[in-house]
Amino acid sequence: MEGHQLQHQAACMRKALFDQGYLDDQFLQLEDLEDEANPNFVEEVVKLYYSDSARFIRNIELTLDKNPFDFEKLDDIMHQFKGSSSSIGAKKLKTECTQFQEYCKIGNFEGCMRTFQEVKQEHAVLKKKLESYFQLARQAR
Amino acid sequence: MNLGVNPMSFTSSSASWKSGDGVSDQFPAGLRVLVVDDDPTCLRILEKMLRSCLYEVTKCSRAEVALKLLRDNKDGFDIVISDVHMPDMDGFKLLEHVGLEMDLPVIMMSADDSKNVVMKGVTHGACDYLIKPVRMEALKNIWQHVVRKKKHEWREKDFEQSGSVEEGERQQKPSEDVDYSSSANEGNWKSSKKRKDEEDEAEERDDSSTLKKPRVVWSVELHQQFVTAVNQLGIDKAVPKKILELMNVPGLTRENVASHLQKYRLYLRRLSGQHQNGLGNSFMGPSDATFGPMTALNGLDLQALASSGQLPPQSLATIQAAALGRATNKSAISVPMVDQRNIFSFESPKIRFVDGQQQHNNSTKQVNLLHGIPTNMDSKQLAALHQSAQPFSNMNRHIHSQSSQSNSLLTQMVQPQSRTQILNEVGGSHVLNLPSSVGQPVLSQAIPGALLGRNGIDNVHGPTYASVSQPSAVVDFSRSQRAELPGNSFSLVGNSGIPTLATKGMLQEDFNSEMKGNRGFMPNYDVFNELNQNRTEDWGLQSVGSNFEAPQHTNLQGRLDVAPSVLVQPGFLSDRHIGIPSVNKTAFSAADGVVNTANLSQALTSSLPDNALRIKAERLPDMGFQNGPFPDQFGQDDLMSALLKQQQEGIVPAETDFGFDGYHLDNLPV
Repeated sequence: MEGHQLQHQAACMRKALFDQGYLDDQFLQLEDLEDEANPNFVEEVVKLYYSDSARFIRNIELTLDKNPFDFEKLDDIMHQFKGSSSSIGAKKLKTECTQFQEYCKIGNFEGCMRTFQEVKQEHAVLKKKLESYFQLARQAR
Repeated sequence: MNLGVNPMSFTSSSASWKSGDGVSDQFPAGLRVLVVDDDPTCLRILEKMLRSCLYEVTKCSRAEVALKLLRDNKDGFDIVISDVHMPDMDGFKLLEHVGLEMDLPVIMMSADDSKNVVMKGVTHGACDYLIKPVRMEALKNIWQHVVRKKKHEWREKDFEQSGSVEEGERQQKPSEDVDYSSSANEGNWKSSKKRKDEEDEAEERDDSSTLKKPRVVWSVELHQQFVTAVNQLGIDKAVPKKILELMNVPGLTRENVASHLQKYRLYLRRLSGQHQNGLGNSFMGPSDATFGPMTALNGLDLQALASSGQLPPQSLATIQAAALGRATNKSAISVPMVDQRNIFSFESPKIRFVDGQQQHNNSTKQVNLLHGIPTNMDSKQLAALHQSAQPFSNMNRHIHSQSSQSNSLLTQMVQPQSRTQILNEVGGSHVLNLPSSVGQPVLSQAIPGALLGRNGIDNVHGPTYASVSQPSAVVDFSRSQRAELPGNSFSLVGNSGIPTLATKGMLQEDFNSEMKGNRGFMPNYDVFNELNQNRTEDWGLQSVGSNFEAPQHTNLQGRLDVAPSVLVQPGFLSDRHIGIPSVNKTAFSAADGVVNTANLSQALTSSLPDNALRIKAERLPDMGFQNGPFPDQFGQDDLMSALLKQQQEGIVPAETDFGFDGYHLDNLPV
């Protein structure tokens, strides 16, 4: 049945996200919060995250551009971004954020720049994957 | 889900929690949480998680908004969860504010798990620190922090009231809380909730606002700090905020200081008025006078006393501490028998405390004044007390004013003979209105006064006092005995047997309430004074004797001095000796009363939860009153001396419980 197939596909996609390290336990926590009253809670939160996290990316870019050696500030912004990302269970993204912060701590601008690119990429990749997943999951319901 | 939340105080939330029983067994449903985080994603997730725990959640993305919410709804929240890192205000700063202003448990959160940040949370007083991303499990148990804090408050209140943890029903409640706070046992939770609800109800009656506030125990040291700060600023310029700053005590709120200051001021005022009465300051024994929330040690001008050389500084501190906050010791009547005379003359603050006993609920820090009544009363002190018969009358008055109930009590007691006069003097104090039914002469007056004083003090709080109002002195006894009190005013006081007089009928109510906490019979002297002046917030009854004193702002002079002493010590029936002219007559009655009291006290003793009471009661028999031969002895002086002697001998050891220690009637004018 299509329904079943879709469900199966959704399940596989979900599993892959975990297996490939994009998502961690925290995502499960969000899923646990879903109930009849909030059937799309996880999707809601992820949307919220992406609409909000854009500002972090923007801010870091601005800082890297204007005050590239203001590591404290960079670290600060990244810290918030990391917190937000971790709350939706973005595992890989979280790792990159940590890396960025490490470079900030040692004042390695190059490292910061490089890592930031990784951060941006992970951020974008995850967004796509989750969007696909949610779409499928909704269809499968 | 049925959160049954009542955005009121914790109390109500506990009530609401109850309603949540059916919904979820796991959590204390209805816990009102305020979550503050600038990150909308986290905030949304937290909100959802908390809702899943059946908590009532309020979101806030800015610290300032959060503070406003908290300020506007003083009792609207039970716990605050806040992010460390926020743009408009540092999370730790918010933590500090909440701690100082509202004293709610605050949980910090952060993605930063480095030790130093976590440590910072600890040092700033966070009750917990969660690492982001926050998991459901972590939020499930946050209620424990609320319970823990509440329990602590309850405990403090109890201490203040009764000076002893084990005393009183109220106390039981907190202990119950303790039980369940320590374990997430659902069963415990529910039963605790119920108990808590009962307790809450009782408390709400008194002063619902108190429930929310954490109780501060004004130990000697803390009080000393307070006094130092006040002196530094100058009593006129001492404002709570500055005092708080000077004191620099973490966790102390401005409100704590404010109420303490209020009491202290009253106390000072009382002292200045008292001195005229001639009561020595010697009674300001250190004791733990848990004076309850009397602003100024209820008339105990400890400082004055101390400065006058009569009161050792330490005692002063103790008394003050006791009076204003919880006494350092929990002994029941640790009211310093400081200066019996003083007590009488200046409405012993202690009396007020008596009031406070019951009142744990008072919002103000309920210091168990009565408890605080220093038990160190030396015989000298006692004598001094006795000497100032006045206080008695004053006390009566004071007592009257304290609570209407007490008035009735006093009235009863007072009626006989000159009592009326005394009563009249008391005027304001309701206490004196004891119906003559009491039949106990002067003593009853005194006692009632004392008791009432207590009660009166209780009035402050309202309900509790009402019950106690009667013979606060009796309070201790009567508390448990209510029924027995009638006529046994002496027993009330426990201290002096006089209490029973006062209580006649009134005591009963009061007693019960007061008894709970009363332990400090003795110290009542001060209490009385206090009573007169302030509403004793937490009297803790005990000081029946204090009742006497309290009422009398002015009248105590001489009149009831005797009474107080009598009150204080169970064996003190020798009110008469105290030199209160009217007392003489009553003294006799007191003697009678004493005898009765003895019996009563015995009775009470058995029923009294208060150990102190028991002791006192026991002592009565020793005094020999019971046996009746006393009446003869009570020829005033004789009685007094007899009492004194007995007191000294027998009482001292047992004093500790009551805090009567030190009550030596040596000084009683025989």
